Amino acid sequence: MSLSLLIILPLITALVLLFCNGAKQVRAMALSGAVMQLVLAFILLFEYWQQRTTGNPGIMLFEEDHLWFTPLNIHYHVGVDGISIAMILLTAFVTVAGILVSWSMEKLNKEFFFLLTLLSMGAYGFFISLDLFTLFFFLEVAVIPKFLLIGIWGSGRAAYSAMKLALMLMGGSALVFVGLAGIYFNTQTTGGTHTFDLLQIAQLHIPVEAQKIFFPFAFAGFGVFTALFPFHTWVPDGHSSAPTAASMFLAGISMKLGGYGCLRVATLLMPDAAHYYSGIIILLATIAIIYGAFATMMQTDLKYINAYSSVSHCGFVLLGIGMLTKTAVMGAVMQMVSHGLMTALFFAAIGMLYDRTHTRQVAQLGGLLKVMPFIAAVFVIAGLCSLGLPGLSGFVAEVTVFMGAWQNADTLYRLATILACASIVVTAVYILRAMGKVIMGPLQVEGSGITAQPGALLADAGWNEKIAAGLLIIGILAIGIAPFWLTELITK
Amino acid sequence: MAGDFFILMKHELIITVIIFTLLLLKIGSDLSNKSLLNLVNGLLLLNLAAGFIGNQPGMLFNEMFLTNPLIVLEKNILSLGTLIVSLQSASWLKQHEHVAEFYILLLCTLLGMFFMISAGNLLMFYVGLELSSIPLAAMANFDLGKRKSSEAAMKFIISSAFASGLLLFGISLVYGATGTLTFSEMASHINGSPLHIFAFVLLLAGFGFKISVVPFHLWTADVYEGAPVAVTSWLSVISKGSVLFVFISVLYTVFKPMAATWYNMLFVLSVLTIFTGNLFAIRQNNIKRFLAFSSIAQIGFILVGITGSSQLGTASLVYFVLIYVFSNLAAFGVVALVSALTGREQVSDYKGFYKTNPVLSWVLTIALFSLAGVPPTAGFFGKFFLLLSGAGKGNYVLITIAALNMIISFYYYLRIVKAIFMDANEQPIERLTIPGYPKLAMIICVAGIIVTGLVGYVYDYIHSLSFGF
Repeated sequence: MSLSLLIILPLITALVLLFCNGAKQVRAMALSGAVMQLVLAFILLFEYWQQRTTGNPGIMLFEEDHLWFTPLNIHYHVGVDGISIAMILLTAFVTVAGILVSWSMEKLNKEFFFLLTLLSMGAYGFFISLDLFTLFFFLEVAVIPKFLLIGIWGSGRAAYSAMKLALMLMGGSALVFVGLAGIYFNTQTTGGTHTFDLLQIAQLHIPVEAQKIFFPFAFAGFGVFTALFPFHTWVPDGHSSAPTAASMFLAGISMKLGGYGCLRVATLLMPDAAHYYSGIIILLATIAIIYGAFATMMQTDLKYINAYSSVSHCGFVLLGIGMLTKTAVMGAVMQMVSHGLMTALFFAAIGMLYDRTHTRQVAQLGGLLKVMPFIAAVFVIAGLCSLGLPGLSGFVAEVTVFMGAWQNADTLYRLATILACASIVVTAVYILRAMGKVIMGPLQVEGSGITAQPGALLADAGWNEKIAAGLLIIGILAIGIAPFWLTELITK
Repeated sequence: MAGDFFILMKHELIITVIIFTLLLLKIGSDLSNKSLLNLVNGLLLLNLAAGFIGNQPGMLFNEMFLTNPLIVLEKNILSLGTLIVSLQSASWLKQHEHVAEFYILLLCTLLGMFFMISAGNLLMFYVGLELSSIPLAAMANFDLGKRKSSEAAMKFIISSAFASGLLLFGISLVYGATGTLTFSEMASHINGSPLHIFAFVLLLAGFGFKISVVPFHLWTADVYEGAPVAVTSWLSVISKGSVLFVFISVLYTVFKPMAATWYNMLFVLSVLTIFTGNLFAIRQNNIKRFLAFSSIAQIGFILVGITGSSQLGTASLVYFVLIYVFSNLAAFGVVALVSALTGREQVSDYKGFYKTNPVLSWVLTIALFSLAGVPPTAGFFGKFFLLLSGAGKGNYVLITIAALNMIISFYYYLRIVKAIFMDANEQPIERLTIPGYPKLAMIICVAGIIVTGLVGYVYDYIHSLSFGF
């Protein structure tokens, strides 16, 4: 299968969207495009599996390599391994769910779906890139749609949050750029030219001194995207102001761009520097985990709760990467996928609640199980996955990270692992407290003038919302109950 | 020899012919503005097309005038920019009573730039530069009824005369130090003695004025604001582009032996320029002033690229100027149209622009993204290569500063985008119909913004012509 299809298909969808008329056509087009992406992702998974079982030993499969800028030796080079395929699947799931959830979007709906589709294109492009230039290109492609999505369709201080997010992510890209330039000029291929090619760089062994200088740039740059402490401040504002689909995409996929970037840089490009700096990474990750968890306890807005808990959860990703053991890195990837699905589901549920009650304040809601059983159930599943209930994906991923982390015998690492484990208790506190208040108890919807009566205004989920939530739940269960397919995919 | 003359000076001769045609038409006929505009735009299109065929390298008049594929390419870029500016100003010029004069002045400056780029001798260069800047002062005054316009012209002519003075002083010192004015002979005499450095600083200051490098930028904002939009866009893109072309070739050939010295100077100047341009751009409310300061910041980024002083440096500079022609002119195109049809030029006037003018909004947005360097627009590639070139000599401090400055520039470009898409406005700019010529110009620009970056061939071609050391 040609990997470029993953870029071309969303691009065509987006272009066709521009010529659609009326909400119905636009929605249908966006959805069919997203479904085709999902199908494509599954075909890719299937073919990849086949190749591996027949014993294809390549590091990357389905490679395509075209020279793009000859004098600079910049290639359009794509290819996938198990990790990229996991991320591609995640992207496809979240895209379909995101489009379904925003089915009734009325304001400028053509532009909305156009930007959403572009965003997914950026993510696919990023995950399949094997050339640092292409990787960087797609990383930045994904910034602008986010800015517009939050700024135009967002709620609350939308313009402020959009600007903050765009500038911080741009800052991240700027750091990444310096890192890339440093890598580029420290590679010397046999032809005497420099290269951006990931696989070649991995074999060329950049001088350790250079690695030590440029690793922090690249890692911190990607780290901004994945809420590396102290660059996490865009996360709460951005997520809470964004429209539902954009929140799902932001937390579900965009934050994973950073994690994926960190992983590639740390394991493939500059492994020596990664060892050198691993203590600092662990420290920052642990701070993010604990700080995120405690900050979540103080939140009263459901979206802020999920946003801060994302900071904490993404800390696990960085913890896994920083530990650098094979199991821990695998755990980090699993956590990326799991958190992507879980947080998308969580934001979807919050969005559904908000559409009906027009409030996200925990204090103003209560007893919603009675009027909206489906949404409430979705909410509970997302929450339980977040606090790591066995049988759901969050548990599997976190346990893998902890096991991998424990393999590091150093005291500092052990301490960090214990602290990170302990944070799960805090997670349970805030999740259970919020769920208990919103789902259980006496029926209550305040502050919006809507009477708490079952009926048209507090209707349960529509078909589109059910499918969206169903898809994400299937993903969560598939990982939670049978994690071996994912681990096998990643390790193969 | 005679045949050579016609082939090598083809670009200049065509422009001269057009100028004289316009002069004769002005005297001998009473064409309406509309048909005059059609005629001129047609001629400019022909000029652009003719620029691509039958070129060959060579020199004339004892190396006074020389040409090679890179110079031809640079001239063609300027011709393209001229065509776009001319198309864009159609809706403004239609009501103007001096269309022919405007084009005569415009083409005179273009002719001057062509001579300047082709110069192989400092005096020739100086003559070209003067020919390209004096008519500009008259053009800046072309909003005849407005005081601000004449103020702009006055400021421009005074500062430009000052810059010329510095340049001449520098040239005289160089002549005194080396005994020659020919570029190719000069290089071997330059060795970085204090006299040479002093001469270089004067030349640098002269160049700095023309491309508005901080601290020689003070004229820029006022002139940009006062002059008609067409002239502003001409000043900011074509005029600067031409001087940059000469600047880099003088730096890389004549002052090659002093590379270490000018490297440090450019380092300081580029950092100053980027910071000043960026910080002042944030504060501007007039969109022309805003674009003026943002263009100062862009020059700073270009200087970062020049410090790379390799083949990559030249290539990314020429490439960036080409992209800059498309993106800045696309932005100016929208601004010019809005200004010509409604007279509104404040940033706040653009609030709610998307509701009334979605197409223009997207054009302006794409242009701003390209200026900010966001993919998939060409600006991303341009900036990437410029900064990469800057990193080539191992100066990562400079490119870190530059890269972080991209965030500031990102902020003020996004501020406009925010106004267009997100802010509410009680009196938005009414729905505008885009006339034919400006529409054509916008299509060219947007196509250029998308194609120039994504199609690698453009860069490859430019790189193959470039030089460095």
